[in-house]
Amino acid sequence: MIAYASAFGAGLVFGIGLWISGMATPRKVLDFLDVTGSWDPSLALVMAGAVGVTLSAFGPILKRRTPLYAENFVVSLKRQIDAPLMLGAALFGIGWGIGGYCPGPALTALSNLSAEAFVFVGAMVAGGLAHRLAFD
Amino acid sequence: MIGLASVWLLVANGRIAGVSGILHGLFAEPAGSAPGARAGDRLWRAWFIAGLVVAGFAWHAFAGPAPLRQGFGLGWVALAGLLVGFGTRMSGGCTSGHGVCGLGRLSLRSLVAVAIFMAAGMAAAFVVRHLLGLPS
Repeated sequence: MIAYASAFGAGLVFGIGLWISGMATPRKVLDFLDVTGSWDPSLALVMAGAVGVTLSAFGPILKRRTPLYAENFVVSLKRQIDAPLMLGAALFGIGWGIGGYCPGPALTALSNLSAEAFVFVGAMVAGGLAHRLAFD
Repeated sequence: MIGLASVWLLVANGRIAGVSGILHGLFAEPAGSAPGARAGDRLWRAWFIAGLVVAGFAWHAFAGPAPLRQGFGLGWVALAGLLVGFGTRMSGGCTSGHGVCGLGRLSLRSLVAVAIFMAAGMAAAFVVRHLLGLPS
């Protein structure tokens, strides 16, 4: 029970962070990605700030034997730099550069109640299902 | 706040705050996983995503509704969503999973993914804005 409340709280704080930083606004994201236009580099600072926090905290956390409200840590052990990693990242990047949404911002943007947000999230779920059908 | 929420989810729930992975685990989980073990796993994912969406409503109540872009076709939105969904499942992460969390635990795999999706995103944003002239 407390684990679910904790997951909800983490999502809430994460989402507020996306709005404050401007990540949830496609225009701002595209201004960041479009380095040849009116480039807005501020999201690089957001990213650097977030990585700074995880970089300093993740090491000590993963030295613990267990998390607080779950039985074990679930962290990817993959190390291989393979074709699916690179091709998938390229496809994701292209979609991100077209729409200005990556997954977190798209989900929190459902609160706009706009057709755009619902179409994007629906297509994103469908894209995941298509990959599962094709490769699993 | 994005970094803090990621640290929170790891220390409390033992999970990586990778939004694409959380979403795909809800709808497009790997084939063959036992249905019984899936219920609790799905719940924390659903609660995290609920937190993200509620964060949006809370933000709009505080800061007013987000500006919506006009004249950006829903066909482009759907294409972008499909690419983001397919690509993130193929590469195993997005801006949060590979970016904020993967870099935070010094994963070389994630560093490669971030470099590729940033470059692809910049290229796509250039094409969409300057060659196709779509509004954003």
